[in-house]
Amino acid sequence: MSKIIEGLFYSESHEYVRVEGDFGYVGITDHAQHELGNVVYVDMPEVDDEVVAGEEFGAVESTKAASDLFSPVSGTVVEVNEALEDEPGLINKDAFENWIMKVELSDKGELDNLMDANGYKAMIGE
Amino acid sequence: MNNVYYGKLIFELSREGRHGYSLPKNEMSDYRMDFLPSALLRSEAPALPEVDEMTVVRHYTNMSNNNFGVDTGFYPLGSCTMKYNPKINEDMAAHPSFCNLHPLQDVNTVQGALEVYYKLQESLAELAGMKEFTLNPFAGAHGELTGLMVMRSYHMSRGDEKRTKVIVPDSAHGTNPASAAVCGLDVVVVKSRPDGTVDVDDLRPLLDDTIAGMMMTNPNTLGIFEHSIAEIAKLVHECGGLMYYDGANLNPMLGKVRPGDIGFDIMHINLHKTFSTPHGGGGPGSGPVGVRAGLEQFLPNPHVVRKDLDEDTYRYDVEFGDNSLGSISGFLGNFAVMMRAYTYILTLGHENVKNVGPLATLNANYIKESLKDVYELPIGGVCKHEFVFDGLKDKSTGVTTLDVAKRLLDYGFHAPTIYFPLLFHEALMVEPCETESKETLDAFIAVMRKIAEEAKTDPEMVKSAPHHTPVRRLDDTLAALKPVVTYAELSSMEN
Amino acid sequence: MNFKFFPHTEEDVRAMLNTCGERSLDDLYKDVPEELVLKREYALPDAMSEMDIRRYFEELGTFNVPLTCFVGAGCYDHYSPSVVNDMMRRSEFLTSYTPYQAEISQGTLQYIFEYQSMMTQLTGMEVSNASMYDGCTATAEAMMMAVSNAKKRNKVLISDTVNPIIIRVVETYAKFHGIVVEHIKEENGVTCRADFEEKVAKDDVAGVIVATPNFYGILEDYTGWADLCHEHKTLLIMNCVASALSVIKTPAEWGADIAVGDGQSLGIPMNFGGPYVGFLCTSKKLIRKMPGRIVGATVDADGKRTFVLTLQAREQHIRREKATSNICSNESLMALYVTIYLSLMGKQGLREVNELGYSGAHYLAEKLVETGKFELAYPDQPFLNEFVVKTDLNIDELQNWCVDENIQAGLKLDDHRLLLCVTEMRSKNEIDALIESVEDFINSNEEEA
Repeated sequence: MSKIIEGLFYSESHEYVRVEGDFGYVGITDHAQHELGNVVYVDMPEVDDEVVAGEEFGAVESTKAASDLFSPVSGTVVEVNEALEDEPGLINKDAFENWIMKVELSDKGELDNLMDANGYKAMIGE
Repeated sequence: MNNVYYGKLIFELSREGRHGYSLPKNEMSDYRMDFLPSALLRSEAPALPEVDEMTVVRHYTNMSNNNFGVDTGFYPLGSCTMKYNPKINEDMAAHPSFCNLHPLQDVNTVQGALEVYYKLQESLAELAGMKEFTLNPFAGAHGELTGLMVMRSYHMSRGDEKRTKVIVPDSAHGTNPASAAVCGLDVVVVKSRPDGTVDVDDLRPLLDDTIAGMMMTNPNTLGIFEHSIAEIAKLVHECGGLMYYDGANLNPMLGKVRPGDIGFDIMHINLHKTFSTPHGGGGPGSGPVGVRAGLEQFLPNPHVVRKDLDEDTYRYDVEFGDNSLGSISGFLGNFAVMMRAYTYILTLGHENVKNVGPLATLNANYIKESLKDVYELPIGGVCKHEFVFDGLKDKSTGVTTLDVAKRLLDYGFHAPTIYFPLLFHEALMVEPCETESKETLDAFIAVMRKIAEEAKTDPEMVKSAPHHTPVRRLDDTLAALKPVVTYAELSSMEN
Repeated sequence: MNFKFFPHTEEDVRAMLNTCGERSLDDLYKDVPEELVLKREYALPDAMSEMDIRRYFEELGTFNVPLTCFVGAGCYDHYSPSVVNDMMRRSEFLTSYTPYQAEISQGTLQYIFEYQSMMTQLTGMEVSNASMYDGCTATAEAMMMAVSNAKKRNKVLISDTVNPIIIRVVETYAKFHGIVVEHIKEENGVTCRADFEEKVAKDDVAGVIVATPNFYGILEDYTGWADLCHEHKTLLIMNCVASALSVIKTPAEWGADIAVGDGQSLGIPMNFGGPYVGFLCTSKKLIRKMPGRIVGATVDADGKRTFVLTLQAREQHIRREKATSNICSNESLMALYVTIYLSLMGKQGLREVNELGYSGAHYLAEKLVETGKFELAYPDQPFLNEFVVKTDLNIDELQNWCVDENIQAGLKLDDHRLLLCVTEMRSKNEIDALIESVEDFINSNEEEA
């Protein structure tokens, strides 16, 4: 049974966004890291990159799989989690603590298209 | 095995001043390389090993002992067709009248080699029911790419530019979608029915005028014959697409079914599977591509043609066609691999080739029927050359397919293909070729049953297998996390 | 059914069918619709015994004429020591599959690791993959790698001094992959710098492909090229002749991002075109963009140093249509060829091989010029062991004349230019024999005139 946190927004492709003011912290869910297994590499965007909701912004790689990351929100990348460069396994330790990018949200209305914790829970069948 | 002493890398055996070569004396030494401007020369010699000849021989001989080949033992690797690689093939491939030819040598002086190329492509055309083959592609995936290029060239030649999608079943090997992507095509996935065959109802709505074609293996990756193939081919053809046959599973078809007779327009063959050329630890392979009549003009350049001069005499030529898709290789492909495959076809002759498929199929069904009470068989009924188990029937002790595979190594068998196809969680894919005897299969069956028993009585032992191999289970995560891929890196870390 | 590759006795077949609950081998195909089943014998020859086979190829071999080889152009006649050919036939290497089961594949994995180490030594780059098909496809893969790395650019530049055989393959891949290939023109045998500068400055180029030595055998000066490429966020891709890399300035020293080429010149027989081995080396930074298999070092459960296929998540069997390439089978056994060859030759031997080629080529060039009928096409350009001569002689007739003397006198580039190559395999006697044939040809022409 994987961890799901209340108050976050979830996408069907297993990304979450935690909103703080005008900013969103984007990462992959605990369920996603479980499915992937040991994460060995995170391909992150660069600061100032524009991301678009539903479009690719990077990839996570484990020893047995690789999965593209789709941004749940649109906006400008203001920070990436550099700790993941040296220690991508942090995602396995705590996927919600170890977000991948921080985005300045351009359209908060997009959050309505995402699921809440219950919706996500139902989607992954837990 | 002498692994304790000989476990080093060749670089670690290097001592300055040793060497393992002899070269003729330079009779034209007035012309010296140091006349070249030093700005164009490298500043430091490469750190290649300096070792004497016998050290090299022992090093690689001992390394080979840490390897498992078809000559070592049973290799039931699904979808890989690890059949016996006849020795006469090797002798012929190394024949000095053939192996020393430069690919750009005067065409009149390579007529023997061109005849091998021409006759092999003719033989493959007969075996596959196609009009003509190119032997230029270097491997199966390269053949797929070439075949898809033929497909696109065909549509483009008709001005039909909007056909940019190719349909691939969800059970397909990863090379199919990857080849499509390299060829600039978008992949559309068609679902499988519970019996593992293509779901025709799922296929129908996908078919429109943007479809370039469909890629299929038959039998599919579950070893099941696609019985709706005629209907599928008809539907794809009606929408204007072409049918591509991935020859990965051609072996059971030999003697029974020809892809060209069941609706396929383009196909590739893996000579290193069906036609017994050795896999060489991952290559070289050869992936000839065949086409039905009407598509020959699109095959890659260069190609070999036979010109009949009069009734009894002919000569071969190497030509470049204007409508060709272009070139996918420098020359005429992996010729030495063709020498092996042609030798194999000549050795078998028509009277033995036809038994390859049925015997391979018999072997697979025999293992399947002998093990299905202890391993989960998700799709029953008769299979072709291979079949898939979905792990142990009794999964209660947590022993996985990976564990079973590793335990097999302890018993001196190579593991089957595991975790493919992706349709099942614990896929274990077994392909025993026609060259395996009943005794070998019985031994394998006994060991598989024994492992199933061990999984119940001593699961931890199975989970930590292998125990008797040259090395134990490896740390994949460490390797991927901090990739160390050269000796220079490794030695700087170890020091 | 009785045949040397089929162990099945009639009794075996009966017993096995019985286990399967089937009555005949045909019953095993009852799921195949009757109308799809082949109902005739294959139109193929009768089975041949080993002796028949040997006789057959012996006879067919007489239609191949062994010629003393003075042609290179991407395939080089180098000597391969007995050790290499002997070790290649060790069936533990020869008959194994891709080393997915690392515990029983340390032989393959270790030699690939050694191969990668040697190729990085030759190119000076940081990482190498486990091999590609050949030099042409490796160059095409490097092109696609550059385009994928650049994300939003789909144009590459290729110098006209790259072997046209390679350009042909690169352009074919580009056409289907949606890449625009623009040529950088040639000037006096080398890549035109002004043309390069103008084209790269447009800031829409993903990669620039050049060659060293180039198609004409010339060692071009690429000083400053990498900097300019990087200034415009472009990757510099250098196609190289592997053997020459032991002496010439390396791609890494020129600042290249990707080094590619064919490893055939490292002792692999000419084999009428294949198998050879493509190499692709790059920087550590680009390792995850690199196509093909990679072997890395790790440890096993006992902490012992071992080798394993790594970074597999980039590959087609996992990543499917998102993979860095569709390559699956590579040329592993040929990588073993190269590895053993380089172990024997070492740093000194490979240098001597190049020295012998250099001496022979320069001797031949001088002798040809001395006949008065040839001149060097690019007299002020330095070359190693391959060069172009200009002549007013009829090149077709000259080559046919030499073929009659069992000599392959180079590759005709056009009506007036001939590309010649000399390796350590060509003795002074053989070079003199070529000169003599050429002189005879000239004399016979003059007599006719």
